[in-house]
Amino acid sequence: MELFVFVVAGAMVLGGALGVVLRSHPVHAALSLVLTLFGIAVLFVAQEAHFLAAVQVIVYAGAIVVLFLFVIMLLGVDNAEDLRVEPFKIQRPVAAVVGAGVLALVGLAILASRDATVPTVVQSEAVQEAALSPHDSNIKALARDVFSDHVLAFELTSVLLVIAVVATVMLARKPRKGEHVIEIVEGAGK
Amino acid sequence: MIAYEIPVPTTTWYLLLSAALFAIGTVGVMVRRNPLILFMCIELMLNAVNLSFVAFARQMGDIGGQSTVFFVMVVAAAEVVVGLGIVVAILRRKPNATTDDMAELKG
Repeated sequence: MELFVFVVAGAMVLGGALGVVLRSHPVHAALSLVLTLFGIAVLFVAQEAHFLAAVQVIVYAGAIVVLFLFVIMLLGVDNAEDLRVEPFKIQRPVAAVVGAGVLALVGLAILASRDATVPTVVQSEAVQEAALSPHDSNIKALARDVFSDHVLAFELTSVLLVIAVVATVMLARKPRKGEHVIEIVEGAGK
Repeated sequence: MIAYEIPVPTTTWYLLLSAALFAIGTVGVMVRRNPLILFMCIELMLNAVNLSFVAFARQMGDIGGQSTVFFVMVVAAAEVVVGLGIVVAILRRKPNATTDDMAELKG
């Protein structure tokens, strides 16, 4: 059963990823990305990361992909890119070689360290206690970890999100009439 | 009749899947020229790393890997928001711009 889940979700992940890279139409690529993200969420559930699976579906497949689709729709850039155009002659062979090299190196490292001994991790008492909870142990243990050991990082992420939102609003809004804005001048600096 | 044991996916399987996903994302970043698709390929690479974090978290019995994934997701969301803001600002001035046209920040 676990093998079946892994094979199906793995096929979803890899098929969606290939779709993102190979589909010429941006909307099709975004929908392939949804397939990949759902496959990852299934694999999270298979590895007992229930909370992260829910967040994956809500944040990634829900918010981020919708953001992509909104940008495609608002700008009307949904025309297909001609994939036969190759701006640099050796770009694709080099990219294929580098990709295969990354896969071979990381794969060999994984296979070489397959039988490595796993160091024992000492978790804080609160996390250990939460992990004993019968039905919602994952979310409780995660909450104890985030809100006790990593509470400063958690607060900093909220600051980061506020900064990102303010920056994006400033970047994307249209300037009012008569307002001084910094224009990007065509051919400036040439 | 030979008794055939159905293999159970181990951490190694998950790590190999994540390596394949990361390699596909790398090739996508190097090959594609549409800035939106570049962002999607970066998301693929981030998800590959998230998958390996969760696999290690289960193998080591440590919830810390999962909280790291949580933070990676927050940072990825912020990165996409700012990145798409920049893409909107550029594409509004130059429709159908590709990454080759984005040398405007160069002095």
